[in-house]
Parts: sequence; C-alpha cells; structure tokens
Amino acid sequence: MSNIGSYEKQLENFDWSIAEKELDYKSGDNINIGWYCSDRICEMGKANKPALIWEGLGGVEKQYTFNDVRLRSNTIASFLKNLGIKNEDRVCLFMDKIPELYIGFIGILKLGAVAQPLFSAFGDESLHVRLDNAQTTAIITQRKHVSKVRKILDQMPYVKHIILVDYDGSKPLREREIAFNMDEAEQIENFESFPTKAESPSVLHYTSGTTGQPKGVKHVHYSLISQYLTSKWVLDLQEDDIYWCTADPGWVTGTSYGIIGPWSLGITQCVLDTGFSAESWYKFIEKRKITMWYSAPTAIRSLMKAGDEIIKQYNLSSLRHLASVGEPLNAEAVIWSEKVFGKAFLDTYWQTETGSMMLTNYPGMKIKPGSMGKPFPGITATVLDTKTFEPINETGKPGLIGFKPDWPAMMRTYWRNEETYQKKFENGWYLPGDRAYIDKDGYYWFIGRDDDVINTGGHLISPFEVESALLEHEAVAESAVVAKPDEVNMEVVKAFVTLKPGFEANDDLELKIMNFIRKKLSPLAMPQEIEYIDRLPKTRSGKIMRRVLHAQEWGEEIGDISTLEDD
Amino acid sequence: MEDMKEVILEYVIEEYCDEENDDVTFDTPLISGGIVDSFSMVSLKRFLENKYKISIPDADASPEAFDTVKKIEVLVKRFQ
Repeated sequence: MSNIGSYEKQLENFDWSIAEKELDYKSGDNINIGWYCSDRICEMGKANKPALIWEGLGGVEKQYTFNDVRLRSNTIASFLKNLGIKNEDRVCLFMDKIPELYIGFIGILKLGAVAQPLFSAFGDESLHVRLDNAQTTAIITQRKHVSKVRKILDQMPYVKHIILVDYDGSKPLREREIAFNMDEAEQIENFESFPTKAESPSVLHYTSGTTGQPKGVKHVHYSLISQYLTSKWVLDLQEDDIYWCTADPGWVTGTSYGIIGPWSLGITQCVLDTGFSAESWYKFIEKRKITMWYSAPTAIRSLMKAGDEIIKQYNLSSLRHLASVGEPLNAEAVIWSEKVFGKAFLDTYWQTETGSMMLTNYPGMKIKPGSMGKPFPGITATVLDTKTFEPINETGKPGLIGFKPDWPAMMRTYWRNEETYQKKFENGWYLPGDRAYIDKDGYYWFIGRDDDVINTGGHLISPFEVESALLEHEAVAESAVVAKPDEVNMEVVKAFVTLKPGFEANDDLELKIMNFIRKKLSPLAMPQEIEYIDRLPKTRSGKIMRRVLHAQEWGEEIGDISTLEDD
Repeated sequence: MEDMKEVILEYVIEEYCDEENDDVTFDTPLISGGIVDSFSMVSLKRFLENKYKISIPDADASPEAFDTVKKIEVLVKRFQ
C-alpha cells in the first residue's frame, strides 16, 4: 500500500495542515528544519537508526545514525557560533557529496544561519558572483576546492572564515582559513536550535535566467511542510526504505529531497560520492539494497545507452519505487525502465523556485509515459494564454504553466533582487517559465522553455553568463550562446563566436576557449561545440538574435526576421 | 618520440587538477573518481582528437573507456 493511497481521494478536502499535524507543528510555533531532521527523529526513538550510508572512491564507507547526525550537527553549529556566525548569516557549503556537506547543512540550519550550497565544480567566477550576491560570511570547503576560493578572496572582504573539513597539516593554513574535523571534534551533546519561525530564511540556492546574473532563491523553514509531504506521498518513503537520491546538494533536488525530505521522515539514505558509470551505479544499488531511487533523465538515458546486458549482472530486485526529476523524462526512458527494472520511473516536475514537487506522477496512478503527471494536492495549477495570462480551458492547447503561489515551499524572493522576483508573476499566477498543455484526463505535457535558458542534464545555464565569459577570452570579439539538442543531456551549450583580428579559427583555439569557460564558470557551462562565424545575426538596433541561431540548431522555422540587420 | 601516456597524464593534471589533488597516476580513476566529470570529458576527447589527429565516435567515448590514462591510451591507439 502506498502512502498516498488514492490520489483522487487526497484531492478532496486537502489541506497542508495534514503535514503540520504529522510534524506536530502549529502556526506560530518555532520551526527549524535542522531540528526536525535530527533531534526530533531521535526523540521519536530512532536515534540508532542509520541516517546516512556514504560510499566514496574505492568503496570507502562511512555510516552515521540519526544520533550521530544530531551530535555532529550540534558540533558544527556550535563551532560556527564560536566563530561569531549568527542567525541569518549566509554560510556556503562548497564541497563534494561528502558527509560534512549533508550534516553541515543541518548544523547551519540549527544555528539559524542560511545554508548556501554551491556546486563544487563551479569555477572561480561562478563562485564569486554567487558569494558576492549573498555577501556570504563563511565558506565550508575541502582542500581540493579551496584554491578556487583563494583566487577570489581579495575581492570578498565580507567572507570572514574559510573552514577546511579535511585539513591534514601538510601545508600551512592561509589568511582567514581554519580547520575543522567533523568526526574528530569533541561532540556537543546539547545545542539549542535557533528558534526560527515559519518565515525565517533557511536555504539560498542559485539559479540562472536568460539575462542578468544568477539569482539567489530564498527559501524559508516553513518549506519543510511541502518537502515532508511530497517525500511521503510521491517518493512514497516508508520506514524500512533505503533511499538513494543521486542529486548533488549543490542543486535544489539535493537539499529538498536529498536531505530535508528523507531525514524529516526518519528515512535511511545512501550517497555514492564517485563519478558516474553504469557499472558503479548498479553495483551500488545491489550492495546497498536500494529500495527507492530518485534520479535524473540524463542519468537514466546514460544507463539506457550502456545497454541491457550489464543489468543482468546485478541483483536489483530490492528496487520497489523509482522517480525522476530535472528535465522532461521522455516516454522511451519510462518504457525502458519498466522493461528492465520492472518499474517505471515516475516523472516529477518542479524547480529551484518552487522548492518542492508541483506536477507529478503518483504511486498507483495510471502513468502516461512522457507526461509530467498531475498537480500535487494543494497545488493550484493551470496553463495560461501567453498574451492575456488567463487560464486556457481548451484541452490540448499549449500555454504557459502557472501556479497560484500559496504552497509552503514557494520561494519568498530572489536575494537582493525583489524586482526580478515580481516579474515572475502575471495575473496572480507564478510563471516557472515552461510551456505545456493539459490533455483530456488532466495530465500535463511539457513542450519547452519560454525563454533562452539552456537545460543541460537538468541544470539551467544562462546564455548571457556564458556569452559574457566568452568575451573575456582574448580571441573572442562577439558571442552568442544557444541550446543544441543532445541525446543524453537533452540540451548542451553551443557557442557562436566571431574572432578578433590576428586570431585564427582552428581546433586548438576551440579547445582553449572551451577550457577557459569550464574553469571560469563550470563544466556544465562549457560549450560542447564552438562555431566560428563571420558575423552574428543581429537586429538593426544591434541586439543579437539568438532565436535565429537556435532555430538553425533545432531545424526549426526561423520565423519573422524583418528586424534582422541587412547585409 | 613522446610517450602517449605521459602526454595524456600531463594534460589531465594541467587541465583538471590543482595543487591539492595532482597525485594522479596512469591508473587513477578519472571519471569514476570524479576528477573529470561527464561534461569535461568532451574537452578531454577534443584534446585527444586534436593532438593525435583522430576522430573518436561518441559511441566509443564512454565513461569506462576514459576512466584511466591507460584506458585512454588503448582507446586512442584503436583509432590511430
């Protein structure tokens, strides 16, 4: 029996108070996600239950019970407090998927500070713009990533502390650096969680738009209500589950459903901190007896590519429930997973700003492969006319997805950018920026983005950010960046560039430019292809017409080019 | 004549490692070890193609084939 039971029945008389009651929360009470994910679980008698089973390279393993998580997060919170870090200060987590990342996240929240997880593959410039926007007070990181922090430290007077979790004493610590060893530090038995309220800030995740710098999405402690209930009803997490969320907590899935969801339910979760290979993933499922697996279409398509034969080498019979997030899950992947695992991956649709699942498929509900499913109970969703922003009542007619912004995990603003936040609403609807249609049975079907943002492997890349970085390369005169179709990642970054006089368009220069962006921004933002052209298509007013290049890449009609600059 | 493994190793250290994790050998897992991610693999493939004047089909550029410098050498020699 699934946790949700009947989706239709849950829709009747739904109220978010269902989650509030289960969490013993009443309006006006203190609500601290860190406490809910550790102390409360221990108080419920699960102190000795494994919370985190972590595996690194070479099969190195670490295990932490909920009591270990409680004690270590107390210790981290206390350490930060002694450094002078206080509630609402931003503390960045810039690490691989190591235990300190997961437990450090809980410690930061217990202190009442704001957790700012950043993807550890970010280059120094990507790191800098995000730290600068947040005016981050402290960065918790590892030796392997600290050089990127050191490179930009002079430009960040607001960063008071750089905390190294794996300092081995082989080289001297530098300015503002301090060592902290989570497992060896004296454990703090009692730490009183900061009395955060529903609207107290909790997490700051960064996301990219078409224009401007990355935006800091501000979430609050009340988001727990949505994250708890969606984990229970959609991921169907049950007491004896062994859960594996493959997402990196540098992105929202890795915190909403890689930390908060499972731990607020007292569920054991596993983390594999190695790079991707089909063999290592299947081996991990077999070894850890994973029962619930939450992954991404890019990974699923990569597994499909590795073939069906390899699957036969492993016993994957422990799997009972699968779900996917990050980008639309194509019908072929759903059908394939049903064939090889005996279970279909259920697609879930949501984004950094929504904080929790919005449109999803549910255990027990009829699956239409390729569909995003139906709105979670309590979510008022529709498809809006692109001009009037009125709901479309006609079945199958495409429009913009819209949500009434009244669920607990909805972002509260973009950090220091309220103006951009307000632009996300029309007629009282929040617009996530995607187009879809609704079929006669009420299922939502994804069509595409409504802007130029590139979704590569489930991560949003701003063309503007890549174009700006390209212009910093000595050879590049002008640049335009668009999405290019990709079998595995759905989309990848493609750049069109014109060169400055004296530079020759060749393969070696292309590689140099690719590596320049990879190091400056991130591997995700690195153009997978660079095309040299003599001039970029522009309007007469000089604005680059990305849509002309986009249409060229996707084999689409170019559309109206009356404003295109004459030759 | 340059030793291919040495050239590839030098490139990997130069491009994908920093002072804190430069103890990479011919057998160090690059992809499964998280030193080179799947997106960065594209730039490593491009380097090999430019350097050795070969073309590696996407179907052969699997994470397994790129996992160590030794395996990469085998792959490159297949297409020379």
